[in-house]
Amino acid sequence: MNNPYRKDFPFFSNEKNKDIIYFDNAATAQRPHQVIDAMKHFYDENNANPLRGLYDLSVRATKAYEDARHTAAQFINAAHDCEIIFTRNASESLNLVAYSYGMSFIGEGDEIVVSIMEHHSNILPWQMVCKAKGAKLVYMECSKETGELTVEEARSKITPRTKLVAVTQVSNVLGVTNPVKEIASIAHKNGAVVVVDGAQSVPHMKVDVQDLDADFLAFSGHKLTGPTGCGVLWGRQDILNKMPPFLRGGEMIEYVTRQDATWAELPAKFEAGTVNAGGAVGLEAAITYIQNVGLDAIAKHDNALAVQLIEGMKLIPHVRVLGSPDGNAHCGIVTFTIDGVHPHDIASVLDTEHIAIRAGHHCAQPLGAYLDVPSTARASMYFYNTEDEVVRFLDTLKNVRKWMGYND
Amino acid sequence: METKELYREILNEHNLNPSHKKDMSDPSLVLNGVNPSCGDNITLNLKIDGNNKITDGSFTGSGCAVSQASVDMMLDLVIGKDKEEALRLANIFMGMIQGTAKQEEIEELDEAASLEDISRMPARVKCAVLGWRTMKEMFAEGKNTASAANGAHCSVQQ
Repeated sequence: MNNPYRKDFPFFSNEKNKDIIYFDNAATAQRPHQVIDAMKHFYDENNANPLRGLYDLSVRATKAYEDARHTAAQFINAAHDCEIIFTRNASESLNLVAYSYGMSFIGEGDEIVVSIMEHHSNILPWQMVCKAKGAKLVYMECSKETGELTVEEARSKITPRTKLVAVTQVSNVLGVTNPVKEIASIAHKNGAVVVVDGAQSVPHMKVDVQDLDADFLAFSGHKLTGPTGCGVLWGRQDILNKMPPFLRGGEMIEYVTRQDATWAELPAKFEAGTVNAGGAVGLEAAITYIQNVGLDAIAKHDNALAVQLIEGMKLIPHVRVLGSPDGNAHCGIVTFTIDGVHPHDIASVLDTEHIAIRAGHHCAQPLGAYLDVPSTARASMYFYNTEDEVVRFLDTLKNVRKWMGYND
Repeated sequence: METKELYREILNEHNLNPSHKKDMSDPSLVLNGVNPSCGDNITLNLKIDGNNKITDGSFTGSGCAVSQASVDMMLDLVIGKDKEEALRLANIFMGMIQGTAKQEEIEELDEAASLEDISRMPARVKCAVLGWRTMKEMFAEGKNTASAANGAHCSVQQ
């Protein structure tokens, strides 16, 4: 395989995975040795509890952790490093906003607007806030054919009653990119804050939070080749400052008395307990790695593979692709069905040929219900996948119905 | 290769041409069984006479080939038997999937014994046991309408 990046990934040269086609990157990416080495180096040389110790080693550990924060801030063009809160993943980031901002600033009769294509992690926290506060959850719907969410639809759902708009930049099912910048502008004109789920967009395209003019952005490290268990919430400093803590505990306080406490400054206010310094160092190495590959090059590569895959699928009878017929609009995510074959069976049959894809509802049940396809199969590609893999995938896909007992 | 052979044999026949997939007008017991994360969703209907004998059975719903074929095979096996015998066979089936049943017990399962390979495919266990689990819960609860939901996150292809 003439892909220059594969050699960096121990996973692909591992004896067990030698002929595996890994097409489940929207679930989690693989890790280059640069990430694994950086984490090992941290634990070998600099490990101590950051932010606490008064000895040189702890200062080194703190520096490693804060350097990672700086890299993450630069990566998404945050105005200040303290606007980066390290979390476990995008889900925790979104929950932080819901529990802290939502439970404090959403009231009875207010509206929260989400899109129909949200992942459950950008629906359930808002359902909770709405139920607790007597607010209403309003859905922006997309085209059932192309998955496109229009600015007109956003304009019709976002009103002066709207206090918060939560929208994904890229759908984890349809791969479609939403007009987040335009939605943010409409939301701000109506006095609402904007929460962007960047779990699928940040690994695949250049995301600039100041250009988007969002108020919050959530993403996971593990989808951009970082370790699991380390994600980011970016929030605008003025908004984060007026929010109460989400979790309470060590190192997030200023003063504590028997009955009361005052909180530390950002970002410590939102990082209770011993932080995941090893994870942050790994995430920093992952960000550096994908920046070296180039976000534009990644987007171009993922789009090219999606075009190749979708054009190939169009030639196979009974295979249907969800969303746009143009692979360039898929961010490397191709969700599909095969007539008469349950998606779990598609995944099982492909698994026997060492092809790893996702099957099920992809944690987006309201979208499945809306499109009337409760379960689908999803192939998702990243910069280390190759054209040869797409060819082998399509050759296998052609035979799925035959294996399932159909005589086409 | 195991998967392909499994699909190709009895399973495909029960999935594509199920004998018992139809509505039932006046069942004695109805229970909905779901694997929420997988999307497998069946409704099992049984008719039981005064002597606790299962006189008829059917299912509706949707799901993967393993779940659909398994419940169809189960109905082939239990229709005409009494509740106690059906429960005994269900326990053997569960034992087979967990790899604890004896070979002579497994033979009692007739065509459902062809799903033995599922015991080596952890990702498909939930699919295979859905119908059997639903029937067991139906008898245990003795309710006419209820829902047997498996709350755990599905292990299929995660």
